[in-house]
Amino acid sequence: MSKSIMDWVDARLPVTALIKSQATEYPTPKNLNYWWVFGSLALFCLIVMLLTGLFLAMHYKADANQAFDVVEHIMRDVNYGWLLRYMHANGATFFFITVYVHILRGMYYGSYRAPREILWWFGIIIFFLLMATAFMGYVLPWGQMSYWGAAVITNLMSAIPVVGEELVIWIWGGFAVGDPTLNRFFALHFLLPFVIFGVVIIHLWALHAVHSNNPDGIDLDEHKDTIPFHPYITIKDLFAMGVFLLVYCAFVFFIPNFFLEPDNYIPANPMQTPAHIVPEWYFLPFYAILRSIDFLGSFSKLAGVIAMIAAIAILFILPFLDRSPVRSFRYRPLSRQLFWIFVIDCFLLGWVGYNPADATRFNGALPLIVVGRTCTAIYFGYFILLWIITAFDIEKPQPVPKSL
Amino acid sequence: MSASAHSTAHSHSPVPEQPEEESRRDFLILATGAVSAVGVAGAAWPFIRSWSPSADVLSQATTEVDISALGKGQMITVPWQGKPVFILHRTDEQIASAKKGDAEKLPDPAKDAERAQKPEYLVLLAICTHLGCVPQPIGTGNFGGFLCPCHGSHYDTSGRIRQGPAPKNLEVPFYAFKDDKTLVIGKSVG
Ligand code: HEM
Ligand code: FES
Repeated sequence: MSKSIMDWVDARLPVTALIKSQATEYPTPKNLNYWWVFGSLALFCLIVMLLTGLFLAMHYKADANQAFDVVEHIMRDVNYGWLLRYMHANGATFFFITVYVHILRGMYYGSYRAPREILWWFGIIIFFLLMATAFMGYVLPWGQMSYWGAAVITNLMSAIPVVGEELVIWIWGGFAVGDPTLNRFFALHFLLPFVIFGVVIIHLWALHAVHSNNPDGIDLDEHKDTIPFHPYITIKDLFAMGVFLLVYCAFVFFIPNFFLEPDNYIPANPMQTPAHIVPEWYFLPFYAILRSIDFLGSFSKLAGVIAMIAAIAILFILPFLDRSPVRSFRYRPLSRQLFWIFVIDCFLLGWVGYNPADATRFNGALPLIVVGRTCTAIYFGYFILLWIITAFDIEKPQPVPKSL
Repeated sequence: MSASAHSTAHSHSPVPEQPEEESRRDFLILATGAVSAVGVAGAAWPFIRSWSPSADVLSQATTEVDISALGKGQMITVPWQGKPVFILHRTDEQIASAKKGDAEKLPDPAKDAERAQKPEYLVLLAICTHLGCVPQPIGTGNFGGFLCPCHGSHYDTSGRIRQGPAPKNLEVPFYAFKDDKTLVIGKSVG
């Protein structure tokens, strides 16, 4: 019976063939390790965010006079409202963790190299959209950090020559961040995740056109080196999801405010800035890069903004910077060392971004701004050095296996 | 056979186009494209403009402040168009310090006399020209003035930028003394 129904459908819309070729029998490298589960984890996060967000939106009110209270109403009065909100707020954090690991995985194993450039580019577009979405979401509870985070970030636009000031007023819909800003941010915060969903589909389309990279970074023999996606990868992804949920739930249920700022439980006050504004942790490295450019006089502001955007945009040209004949850093000793310096550098930048701008260490002997500038140089240095050691054959890659 | 010969003659091999016809087609494509582009831009405009400040927001143009109770050395923060404005009744030292700043090498040169209509009163838009935080009150910065806590910009007792990432001096909003006691911030529009 069900077979004949499926036949009827397949004759009109070839669902079974699609599932077979793109899911169950889709060939995957047989040597994928656990770093390859973060893609499906990110997709899982997106679904969690869409679902919890949708239900939060049914109680939320995007009104500057009500937003703060209505989030507390969700927390205290709405049945399981606290759970929805904590899942959503911590979900953003875990989404970024998975996406960062996912990106670093790609950087380590050379997944951005030909023929995966377009796949890589759509990944970066998703990352940009994700940052925009999270930024606007964080404005919605309308606490002090929401408000001043929004003020600082929107003000970045005023660095644009000539039209900057006008542009910021246009984005605000007023002369400061206010009710019109909150409203439009809510509308966009609702919309963008669905746009992300669309781009994820393109990302997967690009993936399935060129197939997965693998830890050895070599081109595979379709018959010898691959295994079907189901059940081998599905079971691995599911196991990873279990581990992921364990950690995620530990945060949601036991330390839900770990990543939230106490100041955001103070209602937004346009007349007073908190003593120390910190963005959410996932923006800290970029925030540190923004602040580290402060030595160019009146040009500093624009330069800081450019540096911050460039820090992500540079990922777009990474496929062309890396000229090595070998993809995976497994066989590239020098690149591997640079990579780990880069990772440590990102953590350091995050730490600098977390501290106040004029903080110092060792009794004032080490201003953090100096650390920030150094780390910024190292951040960009990674990309330049990677190009130098590969374009001029300075790195001698180790022999790569012919097949798995 | 003759039938097929007949049909070939009719349906095959497009006649090579006259250069004249080709340029006419190019022109039509271009003209249609141009008109559509204008149409799309025209249709987009209302959507774009809907984000600009609405009439009710624009109407909050002025704020009147009673400054009679503001003693020497005191400062108040008043909202104007949703933005904070500092009104500082400066002490003699603060005025002197501001005048002394006139002679320094300033990132954004301006004389104190151009910034304060009456030397006793300093009126400032309390929005850091770096990224828009509200600086802390008078006396918190390195030059006796205002410190912006966000990224460490120091403004002097005339609200001029002296140190840190901010590119410009704190803006002096348009203001006028209606009488000795009343300050009007802003200009009414429309
Ligand atoms: C890419 C996916 C998403 C991300 C990264 C994201 C991120 C965030 C963040 C960081 C907050 C602030 C949490 C807090 O501190 O309270 C937030 C709030 C909110 N989001 Fe999302 N969100 C996503 C998807 C959605 C979707 C799809 C909707 C609606 C359909 C939604 C609706 C809301 C609402 C109503 C709030 C305000 C309530 C609250 O603050 O908890 N979100 N979002
Ligand atoms: S906003 Fe004031 S120093 Fe950055």
